[in-house]
Amino acid sequence: MATLVALLVGVLVTTGLYLLLGKSLLRQIIGLSLLSHAANVIILLSAGLRGGVPVIGATRGPMTDPLPQALILTAIVISFGVTAFLLALGYRMHLFGGEEKRDDR
Amino acid sequence: MIASLIAALPALPIIVPLLTAILLIAGPSRRAQRTLGLAGSLATLAASITLVLLTRGGQVMPIQAGGWAAPYGITLVADMLGALMVLIAALIGLVGLVFTIAAGRDDRFVHAGWQFLLTGINWAFLTGDLFNLYVAYEVMLISSYFLLTHGTTQRQAREAFGYVAINLVASMFFLFGVALVYSATGTLNMAHLAERVPLAPAGTVRAASMMLLVAFGTKAAIFPFYFWLPHAYAIPPGGVAAFFGGMLTKVGVYSLFRVFTIIFPSGGPDPLLLWSASATMLFGVLGALAQDSVRRILSFHIISQVGYMIMGLALASQLGIAGGIFYVLHHIVVKSGLLLVGGAIEETQRTDRLDRLGGLARTNGVLALVFVVCALSLAGVPPFSGFFAKLLLIRAGLEVGQYGVVAVSIIVSVLTLMSMLKIYTTVFWGPGEPRRAPARLVVPAAALALITIAVGLRAQVLYSLTSTAAAHLTQPARYVGTVLKK
Repeated sequence: MATLVALLVGVLVTTGLYLLLGKSLLRQIIGLSLLSHAANVIILLSAGLRGGVPVIGATRGPMTDPLPQALILTAIVISFGVTAFLLALGYRMHLFGGEEKRDDR
Repeated sequence: MIASLIAALPALPIIVPLLTAILLIAGPSRRAQRTLGLAGSLATLAASITLVLLTRGGQVMPIQAGGWAAPYGITLVADMLGALMVLIAALIGLVGLVFTIAAGRDDRFVHAGWQFLLTGINWAFLTGDLFNLYVAYEVMLISSYFLLTHGTTQRQAREAFGYVAINLVASMFFLFGVALVYSATGTLNMAHLAERVPLAPAGTVRAASMMLLVAFGTKAAIFPFYFWLPHAYAIPPGGVAAFFGGMLTKVGVYSLFRVFTIIFPSGGPDPLLLWSASATMLFGVLGALAQDSVRRILSFHIISQVGYMIMGLALASQLGIAGGIFYVLHHIVVKSGLLLVGGAIEETQRTDRLDRLGGLARTNGVLALVFVVCALSLAGVPPFSGFFAKLLLIRAGLEVGQYGVVAVSIIVSVLTLMSMLKIYTTVFWGPGEPRRAPARLVVPAAALALITIAVGLRAQVLYSLTSTAAAHLTQPARYVGTVLKK
């Protein structure tokens, strides 16, 4: 299971980087948000995937570590805010120029 | 009452600008905004001066938020290094704000963004927890995105997009590093990590430290991650550029100092960091030689100066780290001073291109003097603060026998002086009767020039403080013991 999730992180990073290196502004923004998803998944993985729901009384046996989930929650809020900012910035660039491709420098 | 006030003091440099920013978001009149912004900055400065005085003897002041003891709760720690960095941030925040107000570039929510930026920076300096460091970074970065893109043209918006993208990628590396550290040690509290990392599997620890090196290195603009900086710092108006150029990369440098001493100690000169430091110094200064506008030359010099700081860290001796911290503090003052001189030139002449400027020394005598003081200090000419910063680093380098990096640092000093002379001879000499910059634009830079002279004349005072700060990093026992209440 852990190997599969690790592969998922790899897929998220590669697609994210591929989109980021493209020319279209919208694709770049989607690529960036995929990269932050990859980071969230790897934090989830850091606590291990075994164990039950971390609520006292809800599970018998070992529970998963709930701290990484709290960390992810914070990271999701931050990446939501930054993505919203990027979309607003992209919209402004669209209003300025009308074309959304970045020129090659 | 007084005891509990003192115990809460390490939180004040975060809370004061945060509350000021929240008040500013309500959108009072321009005049009220200016008063509030300046009052908030002054209060932060007062709190940080008190903090430096309280930690002067090597005290470590932890706060456990919500009463949850470390390593379970959120820990804020003020030690000598944190307090010095907060002091310099509050100082540059105030001086830059005065310039921004004087130049009339403080429309709409600039004041609120400014205070949020100060909140994030101070939070990064005072946190004792790796994940909180990430959150502090994001608070700082999103405020910097706002200040950077505020009132931009299309071209500038594109450059800003690149800045946001590179920072997001660096943040991803940061989170990867945090995840690896957590999986290897089961904690994120820095003091707790100092105890646990030596017990963790070496491979995971190495991978985590490299992830964090990439993350902090990108934000600090070290080789080979510095390419974004000259583009981004060419965008904002002078006052904002001085705050960014002085502080933002230095938050990355501070994190490197904190993490690669307490959590991942190297035990001896670190070859990877030494190579990176040499390359950062050299490529930064060579890039500067090729530029043709004041702002861009100064931006490339930020990169080359970061190389010196990393050199101090890479030497990993107490003298080297003390010299590195000294260099950080000196550099922030001088670089912000130079960027403010550049800002004053841009605001009055409407350009900062070398080929369109000339003869400023004839009409702007004081501005020329301020530039000369800051430029000589940057290049490391005595009796200014830069001389002592470089002297400490070179002595530290010779002590541990790293002659290569010492040679590079001396060559780069000469090249720095050369490119400062290039600005001086083209901008301040030559024909032309340019407009005179009003005194209110010159005073902030002049204040910083006076500080570099004062530090140069009384270098011993600052050196003893940075030496205390370095002792906490090289022998973290006291830091760890106080935070974990042993």
